[in-house]
Amino acid sequence: MPSALINVPKKAKRGDIIEIKTLMSHIMETGYRHTASGDVVPRDIITSFTCRFNGTEVFRADLFPAIAANPFITFFTTVTESGKFEFEWIGDKGFSETAQASITVE
Amino acid sequence: MKIALCIAFVTTMASVAFATEIPQSERRSGYSFMSADTKAMQDEDTANPGMLFVLDGETLWKRKAGSADKACADCHNDARVSMKGIAAHYPAFEKALGRPVDLEGRINLCRTNHQQASPFAYESRELLALSAYVAQQSRGVPIAAGDDPELAPFVEKGRELFMQRQGQLNLGCTNCHDDNWDKKLAGSAITQGQPTGYPLYRLEWQSLGSLQRRLRACITGIRAQAYDYGSPELVELELYLKSRARGMPIETPAVRP
Repeated sequence: MPSALINVPKKAKRGDIIEIKTLMSHIMETGYRHTASGDVVPRDIITSFTCRFNGTEVFRADLFPAIAANPFITFFTTVTESGKFEFEWIGDKGFSETAQASITVE
Repeated sequence: MKIALCIAFVTTMASVAFATEIPQSERRSGYSFMSADTKAMQDEDTANPGMLFVLDGETLWKRKAGSADKACADCHNDARVSMKGIAAHYPAFEKALGRPVDLEGRINLCRTNHQQASPFAYESRELLALSAYVAQQSRGVPIAAGDDPELAPFVEKGRELFMQRQGQLNLGCTNCHDDNWDKKLAGSAITQGQPTGYPLYRLEWQSLGSLQRRLRACITGIRAQAYDYGSPELVELELYLKSRARGMPIETPAVRP
């Protein structure tokens, strides 16, 4: 049941700097832990996060095993036109999730 | 002179060290002991990782399960209406069992009796998600557990467990959470142990966890044998803690360090 929480302002003025906050549900298993019987718990992490605005990439991050469960990623960007932010998380074991949010620029 | 004062202070401490219950006016949620960053994480729903579980809980609420092929919503309708304030009264007395059950126990009773489904395992994602979703409907509602007169003997049992010294360190809950909540242990605030935000997201756990998990961790910490999940002792402790926090607002899903 992967789920994401996205916080994008609904409205902004042309040229405003806006903050975008994203929270993605994921266990971020490091691959360095062992079970009681000594078997390695296989790595299962998100490896990449991308944000596109109207198709153009505005933010990208690579994620690594040291990042805590349920990664919370926030960043700033400027907006010059109304449009749609698309978010994509890609990870181990074929993990792939998307979310989107719209903004109106006045 | 200073040493004499110190000795006098320590002696006074020792003489009040037993069962000094926290006055109503001094009760504080674990929230008030946290850093500004952690508070901000709890305050904003899109930054609070506990909300991810609440979202899952909302999905589960509407999903049909068991051989009765019923969802929670088929009997209880909209949780935002039907479950408002419910969690504030848990643990509650269950007539059929003749003892109190906590919110997780109630959800599992509903699953076995009404959905005819297998109960969720303790600390499973499903049980945490559903209990978080139900408890979140009571956010801001004052805790009202332990009012039922039938619960009185169980509150008392919980209180006895809370006061009872045990384990290799020979500590009772009260020795930290009544007597030393204004101090620190290994750099962390001890807190009063007021269960206002369960199930809550602990950064240390990197997950949501129930009050029973918290209690078991504490009991292991004093090097005693922890009670099993779902055991009457843990429910009695939960009940006592909730009645001790009566009137304090529910914060579910809270965030703690």
